[in-house]
Amino acid sequence: MMEPLGWGGIIARILLQLWPTWAALALIFALSLGFKRRLGLYGKLFDSRIGMIGFGLVMFWVFTALFADVIVTQSPLSQVSGLKNAPPGSPRPDGAGWYLLGGDNLARDVFSRMVAGAWEVLKIAPLATAFAFMVGITLGLPAGYFGGFLDTALTFVANLVLSFPVILLFYLLVTPEMVRTGIPTYMAAVLFLFPVIFAVILVHSRFHTAPAVDAALIAAVLVVGLWFYAGFAWNADPLGLLGMPSNTLIVFVSVVFVNAPTVFRIVRGLVLDIRARDYVAAAQTRGEGPWYIMLWEILPNARGPLIVDFCLRIGYTTILLGTLGFFGLGVSPESPDWGSTINEGRRLLSIYPHPALVPALALMSLVLGLNLLADGLREESLRD
Amino acid sequence: MAAFLIRRVATMLLTALVLSFIVFLLTNLPATLEVLAKFQGNNRMSDADVASYLARNGYDRPVLVRYGEWLGVVPGFVNAAGEALRCAPAAEPGEAVPRYCGVLQGYWGQSTVFKTDVGPLIAQRLGLTAKLMFWVMVVMVPLALVTGVLAGMREGSRADRGLSAFSILTTATPEYVSGIIFIAVFASSAVGLKWFKGTATSAADGITFENFTLPVLTIALFGAGYIARMTRASMTEVMTAQYIRTARLKGVSFRNVVLKHALRNALIAPFTVIMLQFPWLLNGVVIVEILFNFKGFGWTLVQAAGNNDIELLLACSVVAVVVVLVTQLISDIGYVFLNPRIRVT
Repeated sequence: MMEPLGWGGIIARILLQLWPTWAALALIFALSLGFKRRLGLYGKLFDSRIGMIGFGLVMFWVFTALFADVIVTQSPLSQVSGLKNAPPGSPRPDGAGWYLLGGDNLARDVFSRMVAGAWEVLKIAPLATAFAFMVGITLGLPAGYFGGFLDTALTFVANLVLSFPVILLFYLLVTPEMVRTGIPTYMAAVLFLFPVIFAVILVHSRFHTAPAVDAALIAAVLVVGLWFYAGFAWNADPLGLLGMPSNTLIVFVSVVFVNAPTVFRIVRGLVLDIRARDYVAAAQTRGEGPWYIMLWEILPNARGPLIVDFCLRIGYTTILLGTLGFFGLGVSPESPDWGSTINEGRRLLSIYPHPALVPALALMSLVLGLNLLADGLREESLRD
Repeated sequence: MAAFLIRRVATMLLTALVLSFIVFLLTNLPATLEVLAKFQGNNRMSDADVASYLARNGYDRPVLVRYGEWLGVVPGFVNAAGEALRCAPAAEPGEAVPRYCGVLQGYWGQSTVFKTDVGPLIAQRLGLTAKLMFWVMVVMVPLALVTGVLAGMREGSRADRGLSAFSILTTATPEYVSGIIFIAVFASSAVGLKWFKGTATSAADGITFENFTLPVLTIALFGAGYIARMTRASMTEVMTAQYIRTARLKGVSFRNVVLKHALRNALIAPFTVIMLQFPWLLNGVVIVEILFNFKGFGWTLVQAAGNNDIELLLACSVVAVVVVLVTQLISDIGYVFLNPRIRVT
């Protein structure tokens, strides 16, 4: 029979258990600090203490999510009798290790569920944010550049979505009945088209003067893009490699749908500002097409605020995903994601606080890291 | 100004109309109606039972007609037996049943979950939430403004670093996280300080320091961080302006420069931000009301959405959308009044 661990023992064992994360962090920091003068904006991040702390926190969770299989001490789903609501540091009765941060209401290991939950968040949040940016940019650029009726109509739709309370939208969209009607699939079919359109226009506007290169590149983009499109939106990947379960898809689509209008407004505002610059007038005088100007003249010059907002928005998406889990929407009951773990833990919060507190602090530190990273990037990008 | 107002109000009405129609569509899909039928009847109804229930209660007619009924531009549903199922509850006892009964006539329908008129129910729940919001504002606005002004007054000072760290930390802590931490620290019976109560159910009858502090603090902190950062940004910008330098060089004390010269201009931006915070506060209200079991508007919204209570859900969304749009309008108008350099046309 093993003794329960004290707090010193618990901390030491957790730090030891996280060794792959520490190793990866040490490696990336050593490389980045060594070559920081050659790495552009990313390298400059390492001049600001705030930026470094934020980057460290974010990468900590990224590596923890990636190495989750090595780090977990128990299976996140296995229940061990006798360890229901066990305090942190309780040993397993059969001697196979400890419940480092205690057990939850179903006698599962809180530490392992937290580590597994990191993957649940990080597999959706950055990708969904990236999709929201693609949609927002593809629509925001022409709205700001051309103005007129297109702008009025798109702005009205964006404001429509934005004035809808997010939680109500989630309650209406993220339900099993809605999945059965197929609406999420149609929404995905529309929203997921935008990255493909974006990439094709990006290539074509640049290379349309060289038809051979243009055709080759567009063909490559279309093959890859439509392969992903078939896999993710219609779950019909001809090779059977890509796919998204329908309850992940609905969460993904709703998060993109909620975020895209804000990105649209930011991009539109930036375009309205940059449109009046001399280099845009120069490109127009040269006879460049409107899409070339939008994607290759305006967009690169709007990258600073967009990169900063991208970091902040991943944090916001993480909070949204937690909210969904908190209301039990779109996640399977056993899912170790942080939001639903907090929701389960809150029922017995006043007697056993640890099952809810651990994922709560994890979520907070990830969002804090993203906010600090955005702050560091803003400071460094303003400097030059 | 008048033309601007008319255009904005027209856009608002159009937005509310479109959104209520979308909610109507989504709550009246065949799959969601089936849930409603099983909630009203029983869980083991066969498909034929569901169909006959829906036909009996008029749910099988075209969506547009029923949306018109809800709006009050189409006569209310009368079933085969001649009973005015929709409009009968709208009439006072002893009065004739009206032909039209919809939002335009001031009738919001019946809640299937709470078995009562939606209008009075929403009004009562909104009253409770208004109390919560009032105290949130009382805590949040001064906290955010003081934090922001103190931080932005001397950019880069130790006070600035400390206060900025505080505001970043609060923006990174969503309500369901800070609420959990507060309950664990201040209300937990096992390890906590036991200063406050972990539920606000009793606050519906009477607000006390004990039962209302934690919910108010939970919402206020998350919003305060963002407003404080905006205030700080606006304050640092003003503090570098030429007229501030002039005042300093003339020998005005730092205290007077901040209070009399800088503050007024620095507070224009935060006003807009506070008004635009309302949609987010609405989110926070829903989470906090669930977490602390306070039966206000947010709690009602979740009950309505969870049980597909069509008319209650419609009323909730109309109220929410109107709140958002009205605060946007106030923020635009207020901005013009605060900043004479801006003109609306």
